[in-house]
Amino acid sequence: MNVQTVTQAYPRKSKLVWLWGIIPLVLLFAILYLITRLGTGITSESVAPIEVLNVQKIVLNDEGFKINVLNSGPEDVTIAQVVVNDAFWNASFDPSPTIGRLSQSVVSIPYAWVAGDPYEIRFITTNGLIFVGDVPVAMKSPEPGAKLFGEYALIGFYVGIVPVGLGLLWFPFLRRFSDKGMQAVLALTVGLLFFLVIDTFQEGFELGAEAPGVFQGSGLVWFGALLSFLMLLAIDQANERKGSESGRRVAFKIAGGIGLHNLGEGLAIGAAFSSGEAALGTFLIIGFTLHNITEGIGIASPLLKEQPTWRTFLCLACLAGGPAIIGTWAGGFVFNDTLAALFFGIGAGAIVQVMYVIGKMIVREARKYGTPAISWLNFGGLTLGIVLMYATALLVKF
Amino acid sequence: MSFDPKRPVSRRDVLKWGAAGAAGIFGASVLNPSSWFAQTVKAMDKHELHTALQHGSHTMAHGYDPSKTLSKGLKSAIDALTAFDYGKVSIRADGKTVRDYELVAYDGEVEIADGIKFPGWTFNGTIPGPTLRCTEGDILRIKFTNGSTHPHTIHFHGIHPTNMDGLEPIASGAEFIYEFEAKPAGLHVYHCHIPPLAKHIHKGLYGNYIVDPIKPRKPARELNMVMNGFDLDLDGGNEVYTVNGYAFAYQAYPIEVNVGELVRVYLSNMTEFDLINSFHLHANFFRYYEVGADPEARPIFTDTIMQCQGQRGILEIEFPSPGKYMFHAHQSEFAELGWMGFFMAK
Repeated sequence: MNVQTVTQAYPRKSKLVWLWGIIPLVLLFAILYLITRLGTGITSESVAPIEVLNVQKIVLNDEGFKINVLNSGPEDVTIAQVVVNDAFWNASFDPSPTIGRLSQSVVSIPYAWVAGDPYEIRFITTNGLIFVGDVPVAMKSPEPGAKLFGEYALIGFYVGIVPVGLGLLWFPFLRRFSDKGMQAVLALTVGLLFFLVIDTFQEGFELGAEAPGVFQGSGLVWFGALLSFLMLLAIDQANERKGSESGRRVAFKIAGGIGLHNLGEGLAIGAAFSSGEAALGTFLIIGFTLHNITEGIGIASPLLKEQPTWRTFLCLACLAGGPAIIGTWAGGFVFNDTLAALFFGIGAGAIVQVMYVIGKMIVREARKYGTPAISWLNFGGLTLGIVLMYATALLVKF
Repeated sequence: MSFDPKRPVSRRDVLKWGAAGAAGIFGASVLNPSSWFAQTVKAMDKHELHTALQHGSHTMAHGYDPSKTLSKGLKSAIDALTAFDYGKVSIRADGKTVRDYELVAYDGEVEIADGIKFPGWTFNGTIPGPTLRCTEGDILRIKFTNGSTHPHTIHFHGIHPTNMDGLEPIASGAEFIYEFEAKPAGLHVYHCHIPPLAKHIHKGLYGNYIVDPIKPRKPARELNMVMNGFDLDLDGGNEVYTVNGYAFAYQAYPIEVNVGELVRVYLSNMTEFDLINSFHLHANFFRYYEVGADPEARPIFTDTIMQCQGQRGILEIEFPSPGKYMFHAHQSEFAELGWMGFFMAK
């Protein structure tokens, strides 16, 4: 039905139009009311009680375990007993062992845990359902404080700002390339970003799978990706109407996209650290710096034909690398799988959009010089980008 | 951190290691080494050490304190200690004592630990079912009504005609009268014998059945105990272990006995999934008669015995002095998952 027929049928009174908008809602509430009062008329009952508890965070301190439990099921859940490594154990609940829908409770278990041992904490509900929280390696949870704050910042600094900043230092070198060479560097950036986008999606889905089912973690990755992609596109198109696109803006967008990616990485790092899953290995941090250094090249590439100041570079490094610090803080102190999945989705969408813009830049440049967009040199650059990321990833994935 | 070679290492795992590496660098290069030493010295501070020790002993002392709330399940477990069903007694023309029992199988939720319900299959509404008791030579007539949604039977241990062995399924809603002479003397068990057996037994269809010898045993304070387990998540392993169907029942309410008095425990094991169960008494010994059918048998004098499923025996205990005598399965796991209690000797 199109709007015209509506206005023809009800040409005079706007009040009636409002009524037609309200009637379905009124009927909906009437039906809901009747169902809640009289039942659905469908006699089948669920065979097993539907209860879903999510163990969100396990803190180990001198007193024992402190566990944050979320009820993401359709009904209230009451925890009847707590079993630690096959033994019933005392536990206190704040605010209550009965947890309402989408509410949380903190379970405190006095326990003399042994450092380095694994623990399995089971929650038995009044309906006899069992939900498990695992402590893979018992280790005293870091306590929030200025020192830890500083430590987390340093971790973020290593995985974010250091590699990006070092990568940007290649700028003067890349500038001396020919036009064709610069095109190849742009292609290389597309390759790097392509690797990152795949990686970001993968991480997002992994975290999304761990998030409580009710929040649809995997869906959030897609929604975040689509919306961030479209939003950046909308900003671009609005700006294109006003004026032309500068390489500086593209660089800032790349930095923003990579920043979101690094924010996600920071979240995962902080969470791993606070949950005691992290093990020592200086070689790996070196590997990471190598792996992420290419991000800097990617950010520098759109600037090759402009005259950026050192302040631009400082801003870019902070924008791309800084979120790793914020992510590490957030992950370490208030980790949340759901939000992390969303951030990864947003990051992936942003990176896809940047790939799209750089792709357009390459096509434009190629047209200007009358060379094919996918010349052997450009193809080589793109391949090199992916290979570089893949090869440096081998350093840290074994 | 365990490393499974089959599991692909995700980038996030690597991030975790990398993050730890960062901490390593941090520790090695950034912090002033002398501050580390200062901290170590501080950790040795007397006051801190003292509080740490005090704290440690405090947390270890109370692993689990069972609730004293007298719930239906807890009450049922306490009742089961001393509830013996002698049946409806009548004398047959030939002078034999006839005992009529009624057992009804039905499905229902039973409380097996504080706040935890188990969707069970029961005889007369409890797990274990009622303890049937009679004297050797009595004629037993057990009217079995199947009020459950599944076919069930009652298979009694003991000597009886094979057509009374409880192998023929009694359909849902049907009735059957098992009739046989009670023999031999001793402690026996009964349980449903419909395949799959593990299912029908672990769901709760079992109980003790005591045949007293014609020459009565010495007078004693008599207690009935069935060791069992409950599989809550249906993974073929028990999550809760109990005696008489309620975890930590006699830890919440210790069994009161008198010093010097003979205490006789009729103990059987109906635990499904686990190979054995056991009984261990603290600070005392007891005499153990396997089944208790042989009046000439020489008992074992011990503080720990074990039974496989369906195995049972009679324990005779005297408590030498007042106090709280713990008893539990000597599989620590079973003990801490509910199979633990106390005798309170006065």
